[in-house]
This record gives sequence, structure tokens and C-alpha cells, in this order.
Amino acid sequence: MKKRFELNADYQPAHFEFSKNNKKLCEQLIALYPAGRQQSAVMPLLDLAQRQVGEEGAGLNPPVGGWIPRAAMDHIAEILDMPPVKVYEVATFYSMYNTAPVGKYLIQVCTTTPCWLCNSDAIVQTCKKHLGIGLGETTKNGQFTLMEVECLGACVNAPMVQINDDYYEDLTPETMQEMLDLMAENMAPRTGSQKGRRDSMALTGPTTLKDLAKKIGVA
Amino acid sequence: MPKLTINGMEIEVERGTSILQAAEQLGVEIPRFCYHDKLSVPANCRMCLVEVEGGPPKPVASCAMACGDNMVVKTDSPMVQKARKGVMEMLLINHPLDCPICDQGGECDLQDQAVGYGFDRSRFYENKRAVTDKELGPLIKTSMNRCINCTRCVRFAEEIAGTPVLGQLNRGEDAEISTFIDELVKTELSGNLIDVCPVGALTSKPYAFKARPWELRKTETIDVHDAIGANIRIDVRGREVMRILPRLHEDVNEEWLGDRSRFSYDGLNNARLDRPYIRDAESGKLKEASWDEAFAFIAQGLKGLKGEEIAGLVGDLADLESVIALKDLFKRLGSPHMDCRTDGARFDTSNRAGYLFNSTIAGIEQADSILLIGTNPRWEAALINARIRKVINERRIPVGVVGEAADLTYKYHHVGDTLAELEKMVAEHKGKAKTERPLWIIGSGVFAREDGAAVHRRLYELAEEMGVVRTDENGSWNGFNVLHRAASRVGALDAGFVPQDGGRDFSEIIQGTKDGSVKALYLLGADEFDVRGQVGWKTFVIYQGHHGDAGAARADVILPGAAYTEKNGIYINTEGRVQYARKGSSPPGEAREDWKILRALSDALSDQLPYDTHAQLRARIFEQFPHMAQEDTILPADWSAFGAAGKISGEGFKNPLSDYYLTNAICRASATMQSCSTAFLGDRSLAEAAE
Repeated sequence: MKKRFELNADYQPAHFEFSKNNKKLCEQLIALYPAGRQQSAVMPLLDLAQRQVGEEGAGLNPPVGGWIPRAAMDHIAEILDMPPVKVYEVATFYSMYNTAPVGKYLIQVCTTTPCWLCNSDAIVQTCKKHLGIGLGETTKNGQFTLMEVECLGACVNAPMVQINDDYYEDLTPETMQEMLDLMAENMAPRTGSQKGRRDSMALTGPTTLKDLAKKIGVA
Repeated sequence: MPKLTINGMEIEVERGTSILQAAEQLGVEIPRFCYHDKLSVPANCRMCLVEVEGGPPKPVASCAMACGDNMVVKTDSPMVQKARKGVMEMLLINHPLDCPICDQGGECDLQDQAVGYGFDRSRFYENKRAVTDKELGPLIKTSMNRCINCTRCVRFAEEIAGTPVLGQLNRGEDAEISTFIDELVKTELSGNLIDVCPVGALTSKPYAFKARPWELRKTETIDVHDAIGANIRIDVRGREVMRILPRLHEDVNEEWLGDRSRFSYDGLNNARLDRPYIRDAESGKLKEASWDEAFAFIAQGLKGLKGEEIAGLVGDLADLESVIALKDLFKRLGSPHMDCRTDGARFDTSNRAGYLFNSTIAGIEQADSILLIGTNPRWEAALINARIRKVINERRIPVGVVGEAADLTYKYHHVGDTLAELEKMVAEHKGKAKTERPLWIIGSGVFAREDGAAVHRRLYELAEEMGVVRTDENGSWNGFNVLHRAASRVGALDAGFVPQDGGRDFSEIIQGTKDGSVKALYLLGADEFDVRGQVGWKTFVIYQGHHGDAGAARADVILPGAAYTEKNGIYINTEGRVQYARKGSSPPGEAREDWKILRALSDALSDQLPYDTHAQLRARIFEQFPHMAQEDTILPADWSAFGAAGKISGEGFKNPLSDYYLTNAICRASATMQSCSTAFLGDRSLAEAAE
């Protein structure tokens, strides 16, 4: 489960402002909506803030992943001319907004039925053991946060995890461990299936529409 | 207009009416938690489920489903009963079973509906969730475990009060109502959060653990803390007022009540005058006396004084009966010096249209532009401000302010500070005004200056120019409104408690006490000016009232009267609506109802006033002022010129109130109001003191 939103926690920075680039992006996002309906841009702006914090935090020591400080929510409320509490409502409702600091790599392990049937428990165990943290916790060096989530919609390649923006599928405890080792060195593992599967195709290659597959060169 | 059948009864309703509203018109009860007829419809509690035949094969939330033609609705079918039981069981999953220690017990929607529609046991054996309580200031006590997340409070704070500081954070099982940034709910209407909460999550802090609803004697009466005359119910145990609640009156207060009116009742028990006092000539201190001694002392003090040497002032909370009795007494004493405008206002009192809220309070909803002149309605009349906000939310009409700018919970255009700026604005808009029904709300404070009468005349002229008052084929419209702050004011003005022929007005009376031409001053509850500082030291001051406040501190003799909850009285609100307050408890100790005191005093001073009972006094009032016999009606005023031509200074308009919570003797005696003033306005008053 994700960490609760705490208004006045010690880790909340006093100030937040969008970077020059993101300010421009903000304007573009707001312009997508009719005049006077600028509040509709609250969700993309929250996402932008989370990404900015993540980008800035990646270089810090210890590193910090993308999350939305309260100052950012207040800033967004000001930009969009809406009561701050309405921004908090949105940010705390959606599980993809992190309202408390997370590690540089946010590991979200899917444990819903299809993944669980394909032994997602072993994946969770590997992560716990290898990182030395429990679910919902962050490693001391700020590199990893481990979270359990509900179905992420990649059941066909179960078990799977989402790390930051990418999906890693067809996991085994060994591949999971390799990935963690790579990420501990700040190297990016290959995204997608860890068994070399292409998209959600059968492991053995196309089983139907073989001609077509050959034609477009996926077989 | 859709026609539908509910439980076999046919009804035709306006387009857009929800099934729940239609059922209500038929008298069919549908249980609900989140739905409130003054708030928006979120449809999240699911308690109002009904079955619609031919509709979707599932129960429908009747509060959010508009009536359709030929719908057949059942509100009591087995499917509906089962659905309600399910919803109720689900709501009770996390609701603590603490009814015996809950202040809402006995008047709780959840309790009542659980009995009426619920399942008789729970199948939930896990732990209930726990939610941290929130700090909402000195008025509202929270017990968030009891919250069923109906979001009525969130919607009230946002829509009616205009202070969106409440929100629903997180989701699912973690969802909770919360404020942001430890912020208190800084609104004058916060007490209504307690009323809208259907469970015991938000309850009254001052009333906590004080009484159960069934032990209380309920009296329907009228509020006097501002000039709106909100309809209230006072709940009394013994002779102590335990709490005050609003009553529904669509044309006055809807179903809301300002915090000052709701929570100041503890002031009724503090600093009360419960026996007569007279000032000892030797020590200069007040000493206790009997009524006879007090009357004899007054007779002694007034002996040999001519009528012109006596003056009378009526304060903010006086009922009409006592005002008229005092006026009769003064007629007998031969004094023309009387005034009820103790704030020093100098408007013309000869024309009712010049001092009434002519459009009426409900009439605000017809306005298509609003101009506030020298007033902060949020503090002077919180419910009128809520009404203005309601119109703005519905129709986005333009609002302008002339005078001091303040946070009014909505956006407005600040025209300027002075009358000259208003003149400029009128000149600019003359002839090309696009508004059909402009509404001006003029704070009575704008007349409280040397050139008050001239300002009054100039506002009349400007209103004429601007077309604020008109009669044409579309009917008539009078948008010239004076907003008073005192409950007694319009009544006293209607009764003519103003300088008679050759009489002095408030400031001339005060001047007279200093130069010795006024030798005796009768204060009927007049506390709203610096009595000690302004009244000349030689003047013989008689104070009749219920609290030991400014007036009593300076008085030479004190006659203890009754507060508004302790007497039957007539009050006329700022729009001229005649309302009758009713006695809910009795005055403390030796204190008596005010008209009785004046009647008894008349015995000692001159010939008796010609009424022995309250009924006789009322009969006399109704004979003289027939409109006061019509309860809950407004006698409209004819529009004609008022005010007096004169020079107007360039001074800006100032808002007369510096504190919402401490505006009269009752509030100042109330510990709750004192703590509100510190909690909500503390920073401000500190900042002011620093300046």
C-alpha cells in the first residue's frame, strides 16, 4: 500500500516551482482545455510535478524518485486557481501519484490472481530478501521502494512488476535478482519480457496468422 | 412535464425533478444521508435506492435520477428493502457502536434509519477502521470514526460558506474527511456543519455532553444578533439555554444560522444583571437595591427636571414593546429627546423606504447586479452574504464594492472607497446600464458620520439615476437596501423612537450630557457606544438591560431586564418583516421583562402607562401601528425622496465592525465567542494592535 499523505511531515519541502521547460509545458497543458476550465489540467500538472521531482532527485545523494510534495500541490492550486484541498483530493485518490518520497526505482509488484498463480509470491520474496526491505518500505540508500499493487493489465506475461514507467514481465526469481543488481548500479535492464518473448506473442513464436506474421517480419 | 407513478400514486413534476424530490412532494419517505436539498447531489451514500420498473434491472439512486415520463417507481418493494438493508449494513461496518456516548444520539439520521431500514445484525467480524480526529476550532467537535463519508460538510463549506477547506482525502477504506493545513474552518457559518452532518462526526463543542435532545424544552423564536431576524429554536433545560438551532424560513435564513447567533448562548448566563442596583452617593459604588428603592432613587434623580432635560436611547437588542413603553413614558415626561441610532447614524427616518432592505432578503435572488456600499455583509449579516454567494454561484452576476475591501468569499470588483467613486461609476454607467434589476446594499455604517443625512440624499439621487428603483410594465423593482446591524433598529424606527419635534439625535444628546443641557439619560439596553467615555459625568444615567456591559458600568441606577430568550417580544428585521419572539426561559433573579419595568417605573414617575398586561400593550401597539399585527409579513415602503441636501466630505466608507464575534453584550459575555474571536481573528487583532 502506498504511503499516506502527510501535510506537515518533516520531509515536505517548503517550496516548489516548475522548471523553465515545465512551465512552458504547463501552459500548453492548460491551453488544451476551454477558458475558465483550466482546473481540468490538474491531473497532467500533478504528473508533471512528480516527474520533475523524480528527474531532479535522481542526481541527489541519496537519490529520490518521483513524488509530489505538498508545496507542489499548493503551487498547482495557485496556477489553476482552485482550492488547495481539491488538489489534495485528486492527488490522494489516484494510486499513481506518490504523495510521499519514494526511492529512485519504485518497484510495483503485481500480486493479483493471474500473477499470483504464476508465483508472484516468489518475486515478492526475492525483492524483500535481496533489498532487505518489506512492502511499502524504501532502502536506506534511497535506491528502491517496494510496493504491492493490484492488476496492472499484463496478465498474459505474468508474473510482472512495474518499475517507474516500465513493465518487466515473465519474471523468475533469478531474472528479478539480475534486474535488481543492474539497477543498484544505475543500469537499466531490458524492458518487457525477460524470457525474450515479443510483446504478448506465444513463447514459441506465432501460432496463428503465420503468413501475415512472416509478411511483417515478426516470426 | 414528466408524469410518473410512485407507489401507485400519479404525480406530474417539473422537468429535472429527481425521483426523491417527487416522492417528497407525495409525502413518500425515502431515506438518505448524502442528499441535502440546499447542496449539490453527489449520490454517494446509496441509501435512497428505489426500484424503477422498466428501467435498469438494479436499484437506482433516487436523488440523482431525474423523473422521466411514465416511470413506475417503487420505494418499498422487496428489492428496495433488501438494497437498503445492504447499504445500511455496509455503512455500519465501520461505524462505532458508541451511540450511548454520542451527542447526536436521539436525533441521529443514521440511528433512526438503522432502526427503520437496517439489518438487525452485522456479519462483519474484522476490526473497524480508525480515523484520526480533526481540529476544527472552538465550535466544532469531531469524532471522525463516526463519519460515513457523505461529504455534506465538504459541499456545505464549498458551496454555501465559500470556504473550501474541507475535502475527502484518499480512497476506498482510507477515505476520510480532512481539512488542509491544520486550517480551522474560518467561516461565520461553521455551526451549520453540525446541522448538515447526518451522524455524530461533527457535533457542537460547547454543547458536548451537556444534554440529550429529549430532555430539552423547545421554543421557536427569533434571533437578535443581527438585523436579519433569523428564525431559531432555543432548547432549554430548567432556565438554562442549552443550545440554539435554526428553523427553516426560506425568505429569511433558509435553514442556516450564523455562529454568533448559534453559539453565544452561554453569554446568557454570564455577567447578568439579576437585581436592581443604585450608585451610592458616598462611595460612588453600585450597591444592591430593591425595586422600590431603585424606583424611588430614579424619582429622586429626575425630580425637578424639565422634560427637555431628559433623554432616552434604545440599544441594539430591545424588543418593540419596551421601546414603545419607553416612548410613552417619555411623552408623559414631556421629553422630545430620543433616538435609537446609537451607532451615530444620521439617515433620514421620515421615510421607511430610506431605511428598509426594500428588495427583501429573498429578493436578492432576483438581482442581476449587486453593489455593496460601505458594508461587509459577511460580518454584518452572514446569511445575507450566503444569499449573495448563492446568486453568484447560480448566475455569475457582477458584484461591486464601494468602501473597504474585505474577503467576502466571492470575487468582486472594488469600485473605490468614497462616495465620489460611486458617483463616477454611476455617471459612467448612466443610460447604458445593462442590468434590469440592480441591487444596492448600503451598510447602515455609511450614515454614521457628520454628513450622514447628505450621504443619504445623495444615495437616493444616485439610485434614481442608476435605475435601482423602477416601476414599469415588467413590474416594480426596488433594489435600494439599507442593511442594519441591530435587531431592534427597524422596529424602533417604525415605532418612531427618533427625535421628536425639537428633539435631539444621538450625538446631540451626548453633546447635551457634556454641556449640562441633558441632565438625565435613560439607556434601554444601549451598550454599543463608549458610555463611560462619552456621557458627561454629571448626567444621571438610568440603565435598563440584561448584561453588565458598557451601559451598566456608567449607570447611576440599574434596572435588570430580560434577554431575548426570556420575553415575548416583537422584532422587525432589516427588510421590515414583523416577527414575534417567544419566551423560552425566565429572567434570572429579580430581573423582569422590560415593558413591565417601564410600566412599574411610570407609577413612580408620572401617571401610569395605560396597560396592565402584555396583551393590552400589544393591542395598543397594533392600534397605533397596524402593520405590526401581521406576523411574518412585510409592509412595503413607498419610494420617495429622503435625506437632506448638504455638503459631503471626501472621506471613504469604513466597515463598522472590527470583530464578527463580539458585537453585543451577550456575545461579549460569552466565553465561546471570546475564544472564537481569539482563534479565528486572533492574528488579525494582534496585527492591528501592533499598528
